[in-house]
Amino acid sequence: MPILSTLIWAPVAAAIVLAFFPNRAQTAIKGWGLFVSTAVFIISLGLLRGWDDGRAGFQFTEDKPWIADWGIHYSLGIDGISVWLVLLTTLLTPIIFLAGWNAIHKHPKEYVIAFLIMETAMIGAFVAIDLILFYIFFELMLLPMYLVIGVWGGARRIYAAIKFFLFTIAGSLLMLLAIIYLGFVAYHQLGEPSFNILDLYGTQLTPRVQALLFFAFSLAFAIKVPLFPLHTWLPDAHVEAPTGGSIILAGVMLKMGTYGFLRFVLPFFPQSSERWATLLITLSVIGIIYGALVAWVQPDMKKLVAYSSVSHLGFCVLGIFAMTQTSIEGSILQMVNHGLSTGALFLLVGVIYERRHTRLLADYGGIGKTMPVYATFFIIAVLSSVGLPGLNGFVGEFLILAGTFKTHPTAAIIAATGVILAAIYLLWLVQKVFFGPITNEENRHIPDIAWNEIAAMIPLVVLMVWIGVHPTTFLRKMEPSVQHLMTQIGAEPGGKMMVAQGGSQAHRRIGSQDRPTTVCEPMSPCASEPRSGGAQ
Amino acid sequence: MSSALLLVVLLPAIGALINGTRAFLAPHTPKNKTTTNFFALATTALSALIATWIVIQSAGSPWQHVYFQWIPTGLGHAGALLANFTVDFALRIDHLSSTMLMIVTWVGFLIHVYATGYMSHEKGYTRFFTYLNLFMFMMLLLVLGANYIVMFVGWEGVGLCSYLLIGFYYDKNFAADAGKKAFITNRIGDFGFILGIFLIFNTFGSADYTRVFALASAGGHAQYGAIATAICLLLFVGACGKSAQVPLYVWLPDAMAGPTPVSALIHAATMVTAGVYMVVRSNVLFRLAPDAMLVVAIIGAVTAIFAASIGLAQNDIKKVLAYSTVSQLGYMFLGAGVGAFTAAIFHVMTHAFFKACLFLGAGSVIHGCGGEQDMRKMGGLRKYMPRTHWTMLVATIAIAGIPPLAGFFSKDEILANAFPHHKFIWLLGVVTAGMTAFYMFRLYFMTFHGTYRGAQVEGIETSEPEHGGHHLIPDQRHLDQGDEHIDKAHGHHVHSHEPHESPFSMTGVLAVLAVLAVLGGLIGLPAALGGAHPTWFQQWLAPVLLPIGGEHFEFHEAALSTEYILMLVSVAVAVLGIFLAWRFYKRDPLWSTLKRLAATFAPIHRALESKYYVDELYNATVIRGTVLLALGLWWFDTWVVDGIVNGVRHLTVFFLGHGSNLFDKYVVDGAVNGVATTARGGSMMFRRVQSGLVQNYALIMGGGIVLIAVVYLFMKP
Repeated sequence: MPILSTLIWAPVAAAIVLAFFPNRAQTAIKGWGLFVSTAVFIISLGLLRGWDDGRAGFQFTEDKPWIADWGIHYSLGIDGISVWLVLLTTLLTPIIFLAGWNAIHKHPKEYVIAFLIMETAMIGAFVAIDLILFYIFFELMLLPMYLVIGVWGGARRIYAAIKFFLFTIAGSLLMLLAIIYLGFVAYHQLGEPSFNILDLYGTQLTPRVQALLFFAFSLAFAIKVPLFPLHTWLPDAHVEAPTGGSIILAGVMLKMGTYGFLRFVLPFFPQSSERWATLLITLSVIGIIYGALVAWVQPDMKKLVAYSSVSHLGFCVLGIFAMTQTSIEGSILQMVNHGLSTGALFLLVGVIYERRHTRLLADYGGIGKTMPVYATFFIIAVLSSVGLPGLNGFVGEFLILAGTFKTHPTAAIIAATGVILAAIYLLWLVQKVFFGPITNEENRHIPDIAWNEIAAMIPLVVLMVWIGVHPTTFLRKMEPSVQHLMTQIGAEPGGKMMVAQGGSQAHRRIGSQDRPTTVCEPMSPCASEPRSGGAQ
Repeated sequence: MSSALLLVVLLPAIGALINGTRAFLAPHTPKNKTTTNFFALATTALSALIATWIVIQSAGSPWQHVYFQWIPTGLGHAGALLANFTVDFALRIDHLSSTMLMIVTWVGFLIHVYATGYMSHEKGYTRFFTYLNLFMFMMLLLVLGANYIVMFVGWEGVGLCSYLLIGFYYDKNFAADAGKKAFITNRIGDFGFILGIFLIFNTFGSADYTRVFALASAGGHAQYGAIATAICLLLFVGACGKSAQVPLYVWLPDAMAGPTPVSALIHAATMVTAGVYMVVRSNVLFRLAPDAMLVVAIIGAVTAIFAASIGLAQNDIKKVLAYSTVSQLGYMFLGAGVGAFTAAIFHVMTHAFFKACLFLGAGSVIHGCGGEQDMRKMGGLRKYMPRTHWTMLVATIAIAGIPPLAGFFSKDEILANAFPHHKFIWLLGVVTAGMTAFYMFRLYFMTFHGTYRGAQVEGIETSEPEHGGHHLIPDQRHLDQGDEHIDKAHGHHVHSHEPHESPFSMTGVLAVLAVLAVLGGLIGLPAALGGAHPTWFQQWLAPVLLPIGGEHFEFHEAALSTEYILMLVSVAVAVLGIFLAWRFYKRDPLWSTLKRLAATFAPIHRALESKYYVDELYNATVIRGTVLLALGLWWFDTWVVDGIVNGVRHLTVFFLGHGSNLFDKYVVDGAVNGVATTARGGSMMFRRVQSGLVQNYALIMGGGIVLIAVVYLFMKP
């Protein structure tokens, strides 16, 4: 079986097997979940072994007609934009099973099944190169997450689950219409029905249609990211979700939004993207500052981390719409970084919640003395999130800001204050929880972090350091694909900027006229080109 | 040699890694101190030795080495020049970095030795040395980095170590607060620094020193004048944060909450001088931007006199030294701002010697007095701690600027350069010199002369009896303006016995530093006093001050006769300061004149003692403002943004509730059902959730697929 199909279907197959486990065999159930997800992770490492570094287009492609009459294919492929997100997914899934080993008492079987189905859906969405297939996986993700929040969540879980659900579906229904319309356009222009994104990249749209479709797609992804002001489902969902749900939600699901912008919005609608970039950049910059400030005054640790996600994801969207090679690479890296550092923070908040059953900052203080190992992990995760050089967060933020500075200096300057604010709210968190004298007697004898939680943290910490010290490993693989994306959207890889060439400064603006167009005339030969490397 | 240089940097990191692992694996068990000492000190010593060898070997010929590509993006794209945005991990040895390298490794090593004595009673001994070694690693990256990004890594890294070490006694609120304050204030500076780096990247397409400076000097003022001004001002914002200049200096006095060796190493000798190093390193850019230079000079001069005046009225021995450090750093920027880059680095060096000696001496005093830091409860210590007394006296004379000790030469060189440049800036410098001499000898007389006041149980009055609540009550430690005492957590708490001299590991280090404080200035012996012209130190650093095309910044040099007069003036002012300190604190053991003066000028005295209420001002404006903004936004988020969301939901429920289409029945009912069940909860939920929304969802998806079908059938030509 090809590797991508294996990665997609193994978790769900394991979930079906799991359905036959007796409910009482809790250890076996959890062990099975951990075993399968670890196996999937190991298989996914095979992607790196067989990786062709120089290739910009999709690799490991699979293509089978599915609903042939409508041109819907079971098409899979992976490139430098998606490969790290897939690996992040396969890494985080065993980690949540490991970290939640002793935390889930209610319906453990259903819990594991839900997460396995989620893994299938997430990997599927990242590697689908047929729009309909993508859409199915994209929506399939909602279901188990909705259940995870609604069943294993906190007190207001139903409210949060429904809010999460309705918000997301409201956006994605519009996207579905847009997808159908795109397919219709493709049919007219290419002469045969197709939802393959490589074919769709080549379609030509009138500016008006492009703008409408751009907004339909963007809305769906902006909700998913979430971009200000569509973010209010996120804090509620995070606060109510169990630890594992939060880790997956923040670690992977939010990236569906940013991934969607990169994979679909930018290459499908380059002119509209450029035209409305200012709007999205403004919203992301607002999100960066707004999320950070609101995070600072949260009394609940989880809400604090949730709002910090709004701020961090703002950086990712900023990098995407700054449309420079540097900022987009930074943005992809930052998606991974956020998965690691925020995933770690949610994991650690879960650890202490297990022990004390409160997430209020006011209930803590001085537990650095009682839980020194835990405190060490927490501070490392915080430093990674703060963007300390040497750890992963710095590289991502640095690339995003450096790239953005070229095309949108004002946005970069304002966004950079978010880095100050991150230090403020995260160090505040650390101080309130770990430093000072122990004010609450109940905190005097909390058991320190357990072996399974340490085991779950170690890969995250290793990767934080790895990306911080040697990001080349990661940047190398994404580079050709990003470069390809840059030509697709017709932007200079360096962005539109002031260039000091031959000692003279010149202002060079790449207008829409002199950009290489990616347009194919209807029925032109490019429609019959094999599906590799795009239509240009 | 390049791998040796890497070793210099990595050795302290290895020490930190080993000790850190030991502390991490068994956090509650005490570690073997000898083992800790071995890993911490051996790595630092070896690093210093190799560094010395490298400096000797490569003297006169700068070199740099790229170890690996750190952040590569846009490779392989032939088109745009700036697409090749790559950052190398590269280290550089030249005259400037060698100088800093020697200061950092050797002073760092001495302070490590000292700390083995000073920290010997601490539970977190191994943790302390882990942080200290980590600091050495980061500081070495900072000074050896061959581009601005590597410098920035070290820059933020030392900030982290500073945060960890200030908050070393993390279970004390004041220490945790001070650490956080330091980190955040530094971040504000770093914000400027990183924007400066982006601007450098955008302008020159690289952050590598060699390349940037070559392009800049080739282009000259005509081409880069405006952009260089912007770059330099942004970089200087970073320097203001790290080197505690107005208005970002507020973190440094609070940073004294860390153990005293930390104050000596990080907050006096090395880290805080990083800003000066950065400005001197960027001298090519600064010389293209005279306006930025003027800003540097003015901020430096203002900081120097401002902090010195606060230092006049502080009673905490470490606070006096902290404000003195801020003031001396201001001096260095004053020097750099008037173009005396060499003098600035010279002062960095001499200051490292005498200020480290002073801080460590203060640590010895605190150690000997059982953790006491209030000078009003010291006195007469020269009898009890003779070695500490002599070394501190030497360092005090050095900082006061009395020839032929180190401080005189560096300070004089700065002032001699300032005079022809801006008379007023020079005047500020001279007044500061007088104040420095006064408060340092005040510290000296209060601590070492008179009679020991710490043993008295009855409260002695503080210098300003009119302030309520300042009486010393037995068993209650003195609280000064609410900021609780610094280093209080340090080992011994009760002074049950007389002050005692510190162990040799501490006094030995003091002696070495005292010798350096005496002799260190001679390498900058001016021609006016029989030295070379230019001075040896100026000759050494000359290659760093590259000649640039179309030099726009004018270096001024005073005539020889003027130089003698200037020297005389600064020595006279210093002597005056010492005399006043002697008059008020030595000849008048009851400090009666002083108390009268303080009472007469009560508002001024109170303003000085309260540090001009700057912290209060910041709290009331910037900090409170941001908190209120954040609270306002939170309210906005809850009631407006989310309010709209909930409102839309309620409206939809209401509106569709009266309709009769399919969606209404399934979706909305599902939602209503879901909300209604919120109250119940329990395991019932699972079933209900399944039978409620999930089916609707499937229906929606089904509807979607039908929709696709319809569209296709409809559209098919």
